[in-house]
Amino acid sequence: MSHPLTLITFIPLIGMVLILLCPKGQEKFIRWIAVTFTFPQLLIAGWLYANFDTTTTSIQFAEHRAWIPAYHIFYFLGVDGISISMVLLTAIICFISVFASFSIDRGERGYYALLLLLDTGMMGVFVALDFFLFYIFWEVMLLPMYFLIGIWGGPRREYAAIKFFLYTLLGSVLILLAMLGLYYYGATPTFDMIELAANAGHYSMTFQRVAWLALFIGFAIKIPAFPFHTWLPDAHVEAPTAISVILAGVLLKMGTYGILRINFSILPAASHEFAFWLLGVIGTINIVYGALCAMAQTDYKKLIAYSSVSHMGYVMLGMAALTTAGINGAVLQMFNHGTITAMLFLLVGVIYDRAHHREIAGFGGLASQMPMYAAITGFAFFAAMGLPGLSAFISEVLVLIGAWQRYPVMTILGAGTAILTAGYMLWTFQRVYLGPLNEKYRGLSDLTLREAFTLIPLAIIVLVLGVYPHAILDLLGASLNHVNQIVLMAHAPAAAAMVP
Amino acid sequence: MDLGNLASLNHFLPELLLTAGVILLVVVDLIVRDKSSLGDMALIITAGALVLIAIEPAQRGAWLFHRMLVFDAFAVFFRALIALAALVAVWMSIGSVEVRACDQGEYYAILLASTLGMFLMAEATNLLMAYLALEFVSLTSYILTGFLRRNRRSQEAALKYLIYGGVASGTMVYGMSWIFGIAGSLDFGAINQALGATGHIPVLTVFIALVLILAGLGYKIASVPFHMWAPDVYTGAPIPVTTFLAVGSKAAGFALLTRFFYPAISRLGAGGNWQPLHGVDWPQLLLVVCVITMTLGNLAALQQTNMKRLLAYSSIAQAGYALMGVVILTNDGVRAMLFYLFAYYVMDAGAFLVVMIIANATGREDLEAYRGLAWRGGAVPAIALAIFLLSLTGIPATIGFIGKFYIFAAVIRSQFYVLAVIGILNSTVSLYYYMAPIRMMFLEEPRGDETPITFEPWNYGLMGVLACATVVLGLYWTPIIAFADRSMHFFTGPS
Repeated sequence: MSHPLTLITFIPLIGMVLILLCPKGQEKFIRWIAVTFTFPQLLIAGWLYANFDTTTTSIQFAEHRAWIPAYHIFYFLGVDGISISMVLLTAIICFISVFASFSIDRGERGYYALLLLLDTGMMGVFVALDFFLFYIFWEVMLLPMYFLIGIWGGPRREYAAIKFFLYTLLGSVLILLAMLGLYYYGATPTFDMIELAANAGHYSMTFQRVAWLALFIGFAIKIPAFPFHTWLPDAHVEAPTAISVILAGVLLKMGTYGILRINFSILPAASHEFAFWLLGVIGTINIVYGALCAMAQTDYKKLIAYSSVSHMGYVMLGMAALTTAGINGAVLQMFNHGTITAMLFLLVGVIYDRAHHREIAGFGGLASQMPMYAAITGFAFFAAMGLPGLSAFISEVLVLIGAWQRYPVMTILGAGTAILTAGYMLWTFQRVYLGPLNEKYRGLSDLTLREAFTLIPLAIIVLVLGVYPHAILDLLGASLNHVNQIVLMAHAPAAAAMVP
Repeated sequence: MDLGNLASLNHFLPELLLTAGVILLVVVDLIVRDKSSLGDMALIITAGALVLIAIEPAQRGAWLFHRMLVFDAFAVFFRALIALAALVAVWMSIGSVEVRACDQGEYYAILLASTLGMFLMAEATNLLMAYLALEFVSLTSYILTGFLRRNRRSQEAALKYLIYGGVASGTMVYGMSWIFGIAGSLDFGAINQALGATGHIPVLTVFIALVLILAGLGYKIASVPFHMWAPDVYTGAPIPVTTFLAVGSKAAGFALLTRFFYPAISRLGAGGNWQPLHGVDWPQLLLVVCVITMTLGNLAALQQTNMKRLLAYSSIAQAGYALMGVVILTNDGVRAMLFYLFAYYVMDAGAFLVVMIIANATGREDLEAYRGLAWRGGAVPAIALAIFLLSLTGIPATIGFIGKFYIFAAVIRSQFYVLAVIGILNSTVSLYYYMAPIRMMFLEEPRGDETPITFEPWNYGLMGVLACATVVLGLYWTPIIAFADRSMHFFTGPS
């Protein structure tokens, strides 16, 4: 296949154009256009997965073309171990979220057009290796998200949408400034991330620190890391189900991906310096604080949103550890969080579509009416808790093993939070699915075929990765170790020898 | 080359065409009964001027009319930009309900005369010529602003404009007299030599003179503290005139400002960096003006509920962004400023055009008239307005983002970090008010009693062109930046 990355990025855009050209009154047809143009993505992602060379750290499937040569801007796509798993995740989540969108019943044309534009933006972020191109994709994503939350969202959608937009825009303009700094003060003016990384030693330490912080704030808002996380619960609660799935499944990963791709690779010395305070400590705060907040929620969806904040903390902690286990665990956790949290939001959507509210206290005993739904929820909850045999267990344990060597206290806090997680998950399960049946909900129908179709593939992935994590870990290994070594070497060559 | 009167005419063809056009319009207005053809005539004349500018062969430059005007790449850029602004203004006037109701012959004649004045502003290389051109533009603008004779707001706007303009240009001409006293000449080249020679003139004297001159120039580009007229004038004037003032008049102001502050009173050093002559620290002053302009423009825009007023404050802020390119004193900065002005032309003209389309249909300009626009048959103008507003915010992939990108790139390269941070904070703040109409159009439900939006092929055509240009040039902007690059040349004498 030639140009697989261009295809995987821009196929949805073709779908968007077709949808916009579609005559009025063809809502059913529009849905299937969206399906038709996200499915090839999945196929290409599978092809990439099969043909990916796991032994090398170099860029694969690269495409390099002049775009604005006068300013050294190139159309440069490629994947390595850091991005391939995210490409895979994006393709899966986008395909599933199209099916999850079938319940949208007004303005379908605009909805699916924006969804496909969002898809292109997300995929582009993960495959772009030219910083300028990366930035364009990064920003192109904001707009569809704003409208998808703002038009098809819940009662406070306007507030949530503009809050999301303002937060992320502030973050991205900081990234823009850092990008320009990297361009001008590097060895040669370039936006090529690989070249920037190769000449990382050229930057002065002061510049590295400033640029690192600007980039970090930009990415931390996306993760979202404490204290920039406040937009997330609002956005999640108001967003329609499919958009929550994309938000939690893919969008949040861009923050941690950006830190790995840009902060770690291009500014390794500063990364080493800030790893403890800004990644480790903030990550730990995310874990503990997110879990505590989740415990206090009365809204089902908000609870999942905060649990998502908590689980993203493990990713940061794993990255901060700067050990092989930690960083591999972190990226695996990104993938697992993507699938598990996507399931959780889909499950919330199922009950919201039937009961039209999300108050945990307003349910009870649903398991007797919707046995299959309750079973899959139980499965997803156990996965989120990190039950051995399911995917999140492996990644969280890897993170904790990796972090233990450097930050024992934070590791204990992180591991201890698993109890809190189990607490709020089981308590929620008990209140919603067990106990006496709330008579209002007698006769609720169980999962439809479409809903099951969105949930079961994710469940299978969770199960498979719980037993055989190497399916993803093998992809990551070479590139991640390379990045990790760069960071370790940049600061103290002696330290690299100490940590296996 | 120092060309005499007759030889100069070769480089003066666009201006001659405009002059002939003004006379022709007045005469035809007296003869024909059907006034609707006048707009088409004006359109053809403006387009003709644009063609003349485009086909003029590139040259090293020359002084025209005994060093009154200068013909160089920089002037060509602004003549092209102003002609494009005039073209859009005439096109909009033909499609405007407001303008159709007034005396069209005079209207178009004055519009073209104003364009002529702006051309001269872009070319002036003598303080006297600069002053005359600026006054010419001001006088024609006052008339255009007050053209809706039965509209009280229009009248009030014209009066305000006149009074502010009188004060500002009076101040400026006083400053020019100081410069004349110091340099002994009104010619930019002679001023440059006089300031460059080590003399006994105190720095403070020169500084005060520059502050006074800045009053007049700042008034034309609507920078703080001479911006106060802009919101009222932009709101009161007919929308095509507002567009012309916001885009054309501002560009002409930037042309004169740059030509005066760069080749006249600075010296080009190594690596495209400019040095102020005589140790006068005017960049510092302009830096403060720039920061306050964008901040105040953005903060004031947050509260607006009238679209024209919102865009007026936004255009004050936009002038602040463009000024960032001027204050850093590098060729990079000027180039970024040129690109930004072009980007600003495309997106701001587009935004005003949509405001006019909505005003044509509903007779209203307040934000409430946009409620649920996308859901009641106005999806196309709503999407177009969204594109223009997002471009004004600087969201990729639009030309506005590329404009900001070049500005920030130049600022970062010159190591003005604080300025860069203030700039990006401003961009973020501006998102809030640029999103307000977008929120109104897409997120709010229509109430059901709104006037339907009618499809006007004439206006929609231009809107489509501008919207496409905003996006396409945001993805591939090489021709524009190459043009700006070529235009980065001031003729300061044969070398």
